[in-house]
Amino acid sequence: MSLKKNSPAERIVNGIYTENPTFCLVLGMCPTLATTTSATNAIGMGLSTTAILALSNLIISLLRKIIPDRMRMPAYIVVIASFVTIVDFLMEGYTPAVYAALGIYIPLIVVNCIIMGRAEAYAGKYPPIPSFFDGLGMGLGFTVALILIGGIREIIGAGTFFGLKVTPASYVPVNIFVLAPGAFLVLAFLVALMNKLHIGFARRKDVDLSQGMPCGDCMNCMKVGMCGGKPEKLQKAEILSSKTSAGETAESRHKEEEA
Amino acid sequence: MELLMLALTACLINNVVLSQFLGICSFLGVSNKTKTASGMGMALTFVLTLSSLVCGVLYNFILVPLGVQYLKTIVFILIVAALVQFVEMFLKKFVKALYDALGIYLPLITTNCAVLGVALINVQKDYNILEGTVYGFATALGYTIAIILLSYIREKMEYNDIPKPFRGFPIVMVTAALMSIAFFGFAAFK
Repeated sequence: MSLKKNSPAERIVNGIYTENPTFCLVLGMCPTLATTTSATNAIGMGLSTTAILALSNLIISLLRKIIPDRMRMPAYIVVIASFVTIVDFLMEGYTPAVYAALGIYIPLIVVNCIIMGRAEAYAGKYPPIPSFFDGLGMGLGFTVALILIGGIREIIGAGTFFGLKVTPASYVPVNIFVLAPGAFLVLAFLVALMNKLHIGFARRKDVDLSQGMPCGDCMNCMKVGMCGGKPEKLQKAEILSSKTSAGETAESRHKEEEA
Repeated sequence: MELLMLALTACLINNVVLSQFLGICSFLGVSNKTKTASGMGMALTFVLTLSSLVCGVLYNFILVPLGVQYLKTIVFILIVAALVQFVEMFLKKFVKALYDALGIYLPLITTNCAVLGVALINVQKDYNILEGTVYGFATALGYTIAIILLSYIREKMEYNDIPKPFRGFPIVMVTAALMSIAFFGFAAFK
């Protein structure tokens, strides 16, 4: 696909497919697991994150020449937290049912590393219009991923999709899929499927997920979301504690097998 | 007795990572070695107890009298970020041994959503300052238990022959799912 770089359309395709935040960048795991108990909750969480992401990207991009480099993290946090507070109030007022279901996870959008990650990696460097569409695309990519996970959990766990009955009457819903373990299981199998088909994670050559996953410390790290699972701080931590050679032998064994 | 029940609930029954999904990123990211896992657990216990105390005090004595409770999200995240910096500087200067043990893990905690999450839950459930601090400590203890258990399993798993698509991230998620099912057993204490 040949779209002009940094054009609105290219940014949206990038967010939804090329760099899907959930499946390619492995960011924002907490809301991904916690709020996907049903497709409705998933869409509520996805769209509120999208709104915050697009607007905070726009404001941060407008302010990018005013904010001094050393003060940018606190400044970003304040911008993001302001939008989160606004969305929090709007949802409490207009969608009380979704608000009650999502509860504490709405204010927790502040620490969603997708938002901080895009502020640092994109909005702080590019003009307002592409930044806005970058946020929109990333948010929509996140929403699509959440609906996918939420839909699977709702269909298997409750036999419904967006609250409508979709399974035959003889199907007994597997309740555990709407409970906590179901979230882990569905995401595990989705990622394994993507590994098998070589899409999502597997398409990113710089990320070796057999090594684990990013630490989630995107707010303190300069390579937010782009670290390939090996942030510098974590490497330091590992050097200090890596007298155990267990990991290395097993890794080399896997490599030999593959070769 | 009530405090003990609160602590037990926070620590085991409603385990912070396995049933509330707070702090998942570091739970999956730092759990590949037992040593890093326990370091992270200790640092989180330290910061979470302190931050729930400080956030509780500030909320009850400054935000509520001024009637600006709606600022809580902004205030809490800034408090947590500042607190982590101060704790790091303080330990570096005065408690060198503790700094060497926790140092590298401290900055990793600012964005751990468990810290902000506990501060917000304390407000939502109307806990007083003592209850809030106990809740924070017990939550961190639950996190430590879960991350150390996962790290032990992951160290053993290094020797297993896992199907290729499941290697790395997916198998860790499956392990977490099984642990989460196991933790359902604690619900019987209720």
